[in-house]
Amino acid sequence: MTAPAEPILEVRDLVKHFPLTQGIVVKRQVGAIKAVDGVSLDLHRGETLGVVGESGCGKSTLAKLLMALEQPTSGSVRIKGKDITKTRGAELKRMRRNIQMVMQDPYTSLNPRMTVGDIVGEPFEIHKDVVPKGGRRRKVQELLDVVGLNPDHINRYPHQFSGGQRQRIGIARGLALQPEIIICDEPVSALDVSIQAQVMNLLERLQSEFNLAYIFIAHDLSVVRHISDRVAVMYLGKIVELGRDADIYERPTHPYTQALLSAVPVPNPEGREQRERIILQGDPPSPANPPSGCRFRTRCWKAQDICAEQVPLLQIREGSSHPSACHFAEVNDAVGTH
Amino acid sequence: MVEVLSEPGSRGTTGGALLEVDNLHVEFRTRAGVAKAVNGVTYTVDAGETLAVLGESGSGKSVTAQTIMGILDMPPGKITGGEIRFRGSDLLKLPEDQRRKIRGEGISMVFQDALSALNPVFPVGWQIAEMFRMHRGASRSDAKKKAVELMDRVRIPGAKDRVNDFPHQFSGGMRQRIMIAMAIALDPEILIADEPTTALDVTVQAQIMGLLAELQRDSNMGLILITHDLGVVADVADKIAVMYGGRIVENAPVHDLYRNPAHPYSKGLLESIPRVDLKGQELYAIKGTPPNLLDMPTGCAFHPRCPYKRDNCVTDVPPLNTVSGTRGSACHYWREVIDDSAS
Repeated sequence: MTAPAEPILEVRDLVKHFPLTQGIVVKRQVGAIKAVDGVSLDLHRGETLGVVGESGCGKSTLAKLLMALEQPTSGSVRIKGKDITKTRGAELKRMRRNIQMVMQDPYTSLNPRMTVGDIVGEPFEIHKDVVPKGGRRRKVQELLDVVGLNPDHINRYPHQFSGGQRQRIGIARGLALQPEIIICDEPVSALDVSIQAQVMNLLERLQSEFNLAYIFIAHDLSVVRHISDRVAVMYLGKIVELGRDADIYERPTHPYTQALLSAVPVPNPEGREQRERIILQGDPPSPANPPSGCRFRTRCWKAQDICAEQVPLLQIREGSSHPSACHFAEVNDAVGTH
Repeated sequence: MVEVLSEPGSRGTTGGALLEVDNLHVEFRTRAGVAKAVNGVTYTVDAGETLAVLGESGSGKSVTAQTIMGILDMPPGKITGGEIRFRGSDLLKLPEDQRRKIRGEGISMVFQDALSALNPVFPVGWQIAEMFRMHRGASRSDAKKKAVELMDRVRIPGAKDRVNDFPHQFSGGMRQRIMIAMAIALDPEILIADEPTTALDVTVQAQIMGLLAELQRDSNMGLILITHDLGVVADVADKIAVMYGGRIVENAPVHDLYRNPAHPYSKGLLESIPRVDLKGQELYAIKGTPPNLLDMPTGCAFHPRCPYKRDNCVTDVPPLNTVSGTRGSACHYWREVIDDSAS
């Protein structure tokens, strides 16, 4: 996909620190969880940007910041040139129409006391001018049809649907206001394997039908590769590598990306004894107290003195075509078979 | 090793495998009706062997494991038929005090969610040491020493200093290591791991799977790995049992199943994995949804979703047909499936 001139979503130096406080009456800030710490990215119309990383790397906080559900500590999120973090009131409400979300867990993200019609139609209650009152029921039925549910089931409750069908309800709700951007936060990880493919196909069909742009957050690397045009790898609140899917999966240059890819079990037993593995030691450090310099250095096999002193910038380095945040970025032949 | 096992005629007389699950049936009697969770499951595991039980939620894979361990909630659960033979003796016929000896020493289990499987109000060392106090009558200080050794063995850094820490002070991967330490404490012959890495990140998953493989090699344990992850299975399994709707629909050595599946369900699962060469194309998806255990389809449970369905699939339950040697497929048309998947 060649990038069109104007990105629909521009994120610049986005930072979110959650304060850590001590004391009950007089709260004193003793530190901060650096959940998102300087993230910049662009998203174009009709494009899918995959975001991968382990739990605690800031993927979901990033999603909330893009939706303006959290106020960032600093940085900007521009949707069609307008900064959503500085917008308030009626204007913010209008901007939110353009960016919607599909949640991870279809069991807890749907209100069990509301019918499917009410759930999918709720966006129209909030944004009353989108569809006139008389036409809402018909519009909801159209949406159910679009996501592959029976429009006659409009009066049913979420518990009457299976997991995959519930996720379709969540997707219909996300589509209701005809957004241009949808943020999918682990949309298939709670589903059974045989259902995941159905939902993935639905998301791809909707994307080409409505020219949607997706931010696709997931930890399953093969799922991300299938749907994404570009992929961002996050570690402890920072993007460590960003590139087109083939760059990331076949020519990764950041050691963390390489370790992540080689840790994914390949669903093919042939040659499993010969497969090379980079097994990282330990767990990711706490985002409350990240290591100095490069955040990955405590688990990295390439770490040297410079890694503790200088934060590696996310930039294109010699011998590679895509940005990587490592002082010693280079292609490793042992990985890249996914 | 355990007294009960030296009873006359119980050791190795059948010539069978170390653990044999034979035509097991389990159902749950609920207010909404009878849920048939396990409908005639048969599998065997030998020392040093890894059996992967692959299936979706509700396929009966965990209920089978809980029945083997004897930790099924009864009621509402009820074992309505079958045998579970460990070293030739039927566990289901043993009195509880004898089963208790086998649990931990003969067969032990690692659970999916270590945070809810560990007791939050006791230090982890105390919980590991409990195995030695209860089963071996060890003193508190001896038991604690052994707990530290075990924590070292599962590579918890600084085991000595962390033995008095509580479960919430550990990360997910470390908690799973503690679960594994408890499970291998008494050198069991069979280890059942129920989705041991599902709750973990991939880099930690790789560590835990590596640890399990190493422990298995060292002590020649039989391992039953319950999972829904086709990647993990391909990595470690010797043989696979694919479950659907409480039955085994296909069992096969790992290479055979991945190369050439003989049941439409296993074939569909393998085809729905995203592949690099098919990027941009629609993924193959098995249509429909998994069966409702309260209202199972007649005949073959997979028939509403199956592309090979014919009239007799709706009426006749397919037996586990022998495909070759140790392979079986519960499909009337397995020959067609295997021919299609070979081409």
